[in-house]
Amino acid sequence: MARIFKFADGISTDAIIPGRYNVTTDRAALGKACFVEARPDFSGAAKPGDVIVAGRNFGCGSSREHAPLAIQAAGIGAVIARSFARIFYRNAINIGLPVIQCDQIYDSVSDGDPIEVDVRSGRILTGGRSFGGATPGQVALAIMEAGTLIELIKTRGWAAIEDMSAAR
Amino acid sequence: MGTLTEEIFSRRLGRRVQAGDVVVAAVDYAMAHDVTGPLAIEAFRTLNAPLWDPERVILVFDHILPANTVAAAGLHRMIRDFADEFGVRNVFQEGICHQVMVERGFARPGGIIVGADSHSTTYGALGCFSAGMGPTDIAVTFATGKTWFRVPETIRIELRGGLPPGVLAKDLALQVIRRLGAEGANYLAVEWGGEAVAAMTIAQRLTLANLTVDFGGKAGLCEPDEATRAYLGEAEVSDLHPIRPAYRELVEVDAQRLEPQVACPPAIDNVQDLSAVEGIALDEVFVGSCTNGRLEDLAIVAGYFQGRQVSPRTRTIVVPASKEVYLQALAAGYIQTFMEAGAIVMNAGCGPCLGRQHGVLGPGERALSTSNRNYAGRMGSPQAEIYLANPAVAAASALAGAIADPRRVA
Ligand code: SF4
Repeated sequence: MARIFKFADGISTDAIIPGRYNVTTDRAALGKACFVEARPDFSGAAKPGDVIVAGRNFGCGSSREHAPLAIQAAGIGAVIARSFARIFYRNAINIGLPVIQCDQIYDSVSDGDPIEVDVRSGRILTGGRSFGGATPGQVALAIMEAGTLIELIKTRGWAAIEDMSAAR
Repeated sequence: MGTLTEEIFSRRLGRRVQAGDVVVAAVDYAMAHDVTGPLAIEAFRTLNAPLWDPERVILVFDHILPANTVAAAGLHRMIRDFADEFGVRNVFQEGICHQVMVERGFARPGGIIVGADSHSTTYGALGCFSAGMGPTDIAVTFATGKTWFRVPETIRIELRGGLPPGVLAKDLALQVIRRLGAEGANYLAVEWGGEAVAAMTIAQRLTLANLTVDFGGKAGLCEPDEATRAYLGEAEVSDLHPIRPAYRELVEVDAQRLEPQVACPPAIDNVQDLSAVEGIALDEVFVGSCTNGRLEDLAIVAGYFQGRQVSPRTRTIVVPASKEVYLQALAAGYIQTFMEAGAIVMNAGCGPCLGRQHGVLGPGERALSTSNRNYAGRMGSPQAEIYLANPAVAAASALAGAIADPRRVA
């Protein structure tokens, strides 16, 4: 069963991966350095599919995509936060790291609690309770379907997104 | 019709665009630097597509310049190989990407630019819609010349009155962040207006637009005016105004009543009046960055340093934002003043701002910086503390070896 790693408000991309550790594009090295200073036991403890539950403005600061890549490489299956900083949110969706905005869950869970997440519907089950997270917008959904932004553009081009704007 | 953002997108798409619309728009330029560039290049290569336009791709070496480790040198090499292979000639190693984008004339009123750096909001000072994105988004623009946006709603900030002595654009921005919080403009555009902005130099407006991302803004725009025209050295700068705009929120700040503001550790919105933090001892003072590393900022600091010595127990580091700024500071005698005062002057670039090369902080150390981020670990040890303030406060603090009020420097 997936477990929760709980983080506070205002977790910056500097905390997720400090500037001194992102001089690489190697995913495994990024995963090892995830939260290396803010929570040094993290990368060793995280198991595939585990979930981060965080407070407000998760991923604020620099646009470094190394941050969501590091979280993904550490094995995290989804990030749930009360709110996300814009660039992090978009970066995470682009690389296929599921992000779910949910306000209510934060105060109901503790570090290490078991959790089940359906990233498509935003349904979250933990401690016998169910929570509804905000589903991503149309564009994010299309990217999720394709896997990554690169895959979406490769297979369908901008038409995939232009069609949506025309439909509005 | 609409906000500056809606006007820019409507013109670009040739139809009426409103906040909330999802659009795919052509951009003028796409920029990446030596940290985000390698990921963008890798992602671009997986697309197996030709480069959209080598003249519209900008690559800047600034975050780790010159390379300080073998790994960094390897990434620089990879960027250079990419530039050679695809014929990208706009490769610069002459300062911080955002300063270079403005100095080299890429940022223009009514333009749309995307940069793989969060402070790409800076070009909004000239009336250009510019947003920071991640390397994957930039890679797709490298291949297609386009990106998608959800056109943002706008917060209008009216800055009233003139700036009192010792109070600069930085303080107005910090005051706004104090009021709105670190995510006050998340997913939104910000328009900076009012008589205080109209009276500002372009350098000061660049500071406002730059700091817009630090309270979440997607873009931070100033309406182009005479000052913009003069700065760009052109008689013709296309007219761009908000036309019957519907703002999401209007925020008014009375500049006249403000005192210098200091963002205290560990968050940008932990802002205090200077008087509340005066006297805190400092191990380092850093003057520079894309927020406050321009000639005007250096002139202010040189004014305080003239004929004085910085505190011997504090490292004072000055980093001009660009080679251009460096040369002008040299010609004006500022560089000599800094060095005679005992400051360390380093090559143009990001310098200590991101804690990756020189000027790194040790555990328990305290720094005051003119930059824009004070997260734990930003400039080195997570046990170090970072205070953010304007260049006048930085100068007075460097002289005192502790946070000090520039209005009281004799
Ligand atoms: S000066 Fe600092 S904030 Fe500006 S681009 Fe460089 S690292 Fe980023």
